[in-house]
Amino acid sequence: MTLALTVNGMPCTTRAATTTPLLDVLRNEFRLTGARYGCGEGQCGACLVLVDGVPVQSCAREIGSVAGRAVTTVEGLADHRLIAAFIDAQAGQCGYCLSGMVVAAAALLARNPSPDREAIVAALDGQLCRCGAHPRIVRAVELAARGMK
Amino acid sequence: MSDLPKSLADNPRLDRWLRFADGRLHLAVGKIEIGQGITTALAQIAADELDVALGRLEIVAGDTERAPDEGSTSSSLSIEVGGASLRLVCAEARALFLAEAARLLNTAPGDLAVEDGAILRDGVPTGHDYWSLAPRVDLGRDATGAMAPKPRAAHRLIGTSARRLDLPRKLAGTGFIHDMVLPGMVHARVLRQPRPGATLAGVDEAAIARHGARLVRTGDFAAVVADSETWLRAAMAAAAPRWEGCDVPTPAMAEAAWLTTRPADTRQRGAAGPAPAGPAPAGRSHVATYSRPYVSHASLGPSCALALEREGVLEIWSHAQGVYPLRANIAGTLGRDPGSVIVRHAHGAGCYGHNGADDAALDAAVVATLLPGTAVRVLWSRADEFGFAPVGTAMQVRTEAVLDGDGYPADLTTTIWSGVHVNRGPGRLLAARTLPGAPPLPEPVEASDPYPGAGTRNVVPYYDIPATRYVHHLVTSSPIRTSALRGLGAVVNVFALECFLDELAAIGGHDPVAYRLRLLSDPRARRLVERAAAMANWAGRGPAGTGTGLGLAFGRYKNRSGYACVVAEVEAADEIRLRRIWCTADAGLAINPDGVRAQLEGGIIQAASMALKEQVRIDATGTASRSWAEYPILRFSEIPPIEIELMDEPDEPPLGMGECTMGPTAAAIGNAAAHALGLRLRDMPLTRERIIAAAAG
Repeated sequence: MTLALTVNGMPCTTRAATTTPLLDVLRNEFRLTGARYGCGEGQCGACLVLVDGVPVQSCAREIGSVAGRAVTTVEGLADHRLIAAFIDAQAGQCGYCLSGMVVAAAALLARNPSPDREAIVAALDGQLCRCGAHPRIVRAVELAARGMK
Repeated sequence: MSDLPKSLADNPRLDRWLRFADGRLHLAVGKIEIGQGITTALAQIAADELDVALGRLEIVAGDTERAPDEGSTSSSLSIEVGGASLRLVCAEARALFLAEAARLLNTAPGDLAVEDGAILRDGVPTGHDYWSLAPRVDLGRDATGAMAPKPRAAHRLIGTSARRLDLPRKLAGTGFIHDMVLPGMVHARVLRQPRPGATLAGVDEAAIARHGARLVRTGDFAAVVADSETWLRAAMAAAAPRWEGCDVPTPAMAEAAWLTTRPADTRQRGAAGPAPAGPAPAGRSHVATYSRPYVSHASLGPSCALALEREGVLEIWSHAQGVYPLRANIAGTLGRDPGSVIVRHAHGAGCYGHNGADDAALDAAVVATLLPGTAVRVLWSRADEFGFAPVGTAMQVRTEAVLDGDGYPADLTTTIWSGVHVNRGPGRLLAARTLPGAPPLPEPVEASDPYPGAGTRNVVPYYDIPATRYVHHLVTSSPIRTSALRGLGAVVNVFALECFLDELAAIGGHDPVAYRLRLLSDPRARRLVERAAAMANWAGRGPAGTGTGLGLAFGRYKNRSGYACVVAEVEAADEIRLRRIWCTADAGLAINPDGVRAQLEGGIIQAASMALKEQVRIDATGTASRSWAEYPILRFSEIPPIEIELMDEPDEPPLGMGECTMGPTAAAIGNAAAHALGLRLRDMPLTRERIIAAAAG
């Protein structure tokens, strides 16, 4: 059975079993490695993507449930001002969490273009970072928000 | 030669480090990127010494075929040793090229300058550059170390906050070993031996096959292999391995106090003469015991490796901290010539020490040798990462002081009970003990030296105390495998000493900052403490027991490396919450000041997480905390504003800064919690349960 969806604006199809995690299809079939395997249990946020604009842990979401929907990964946000803001703030150490951070922040800015610090922290609180890049990541989102005004 | 930095003494040939070709500067280094920004800092050093634009650099880091052997990327030594080596290499190469240009131009080297690789005379291009001269300059010679690197005033890139070279590609969704794909690659995962010595009695191979996967096995090493990662996961879930001969650990083993019940290898060091018997005449003495449980590296990305056995060569890609030590270890474990093994580094998630990277590499290597000609990718599950990667050992530290008439320590004895902090080397990789004919697990070994020390790291106070000594009980049996984790024993030793100093100050009614300053003679240390206290408005610190508290702690990592002083402000009711953190630090010459700040921030946050939340749990199956839900770390909402001042000491040698904040942060939080609560918590993590227990007395 073929299943159709849109990924980063491009129509895509897959023959993966409907129970396959969206993350596996993105990484191994579409070769979009931005969404990262961190826990496979929806607990760390490294695999975060947008499904119709809503942040979703792609490791815990079956491909069958996104048929016909629009998926956005960090690769689809390459031109988003968040990317430049993360570079400007040097927000990241090992970088493994960053795809999820950018996706979570993009979802926040889409619904609230001028978030205060509290709103940024709330939007990112489900995203884990082990290197302690948090202060810089918050600063990067603030920079991007300021640039959007 | 002997005074060359270790990396250069071990790899003296200049062409092992650099060459000029195709208009590029090709650099090869052994210190690898683990998120600390070392590759960028080393690039700055090389580009600055050679006067080449940063954009011209091509860097190979960590490759047994193409890069020098710099051992392991650990212990905050990459700048101090790796950077110092590279500076000398580049200074010498530059001098050789200038000498050759001067000969051709019939002038003196001193009349020449370099601008982005082009040789200038009186500011005018000479038509020569590194690339045109490269065929005439033989770098196949040993470094002499005789060429002085540029003076500070001539630096153009060193001391600036160049941006991380690797961040753009990581923000573009690539750049990790996890993203590598080799032609025809299969996915494999090992059925983990739950406890050392357990034997594999059976596996449901039919179930594995039903999921499109197969089993490969040698001895008690069994791995499931599939063409798809998705099938592999399903097959692993269905494999139902039956293990026999497992020992049964208990939850009590997760506590540091358990170590004191174990047989230990005990060494004593310190001041000559016996410890004073009993308290001083005035009766003023104090004893306190501090601890930290086992803690996890908890890397965000699980360990990953790729391997391919082809035409007698085993090629391995790994995010381990040292490609040469890993090659030696794997070659030894598999009984083959190290010359037939190549290990190449690829970026992983931050490791903070010896995590599962090396073990995953052996996993992939063994499967690859069982499937010659097929590329094998191993990615651990989250549960295996928490359950089987080495952890940082628990430690208990007892400090005893005899006070002089003014209430300052005249005599200090520190007694450490600790598992092994550094557990690398032959036979110690996780899968090794499951292979046929595996020798018995080697006994852990660890020195008790004060420097660099492992369990004894920073046990010697950086303060002026007339007599100090320490006893190191090295407990070699452990319920779970331990190895190096950021800061090693320094985290607990500094936590203990710095909390203890606050307790001693309180006994005599002294202010903790003034008390420390009286005992600190190093002016660089004093300056940090004074400035941190000023930043945090220490003078306005209120009385103890109000529910909010301010605590300060200082440490110089290994007593020779980076300096840090941390002040924490906390709120303590039923649990400890961080309100603000201030930090002053001295890195000597900071190669990349923003990179140093990032390391300080990261160390502070990891240590705060450790101090407040982290503990590996143990049950009858071994490690019980196998998910983020069971091993929580600090989240965005728990991280306070952090204000850092990096003291400028550009004429002092650069110091490693990755670990120096760990102990001071944990202790500052401990001291702030004690100030807030009016009672002392001495056992990490400082949880709600510990507050209740302490309040109950």
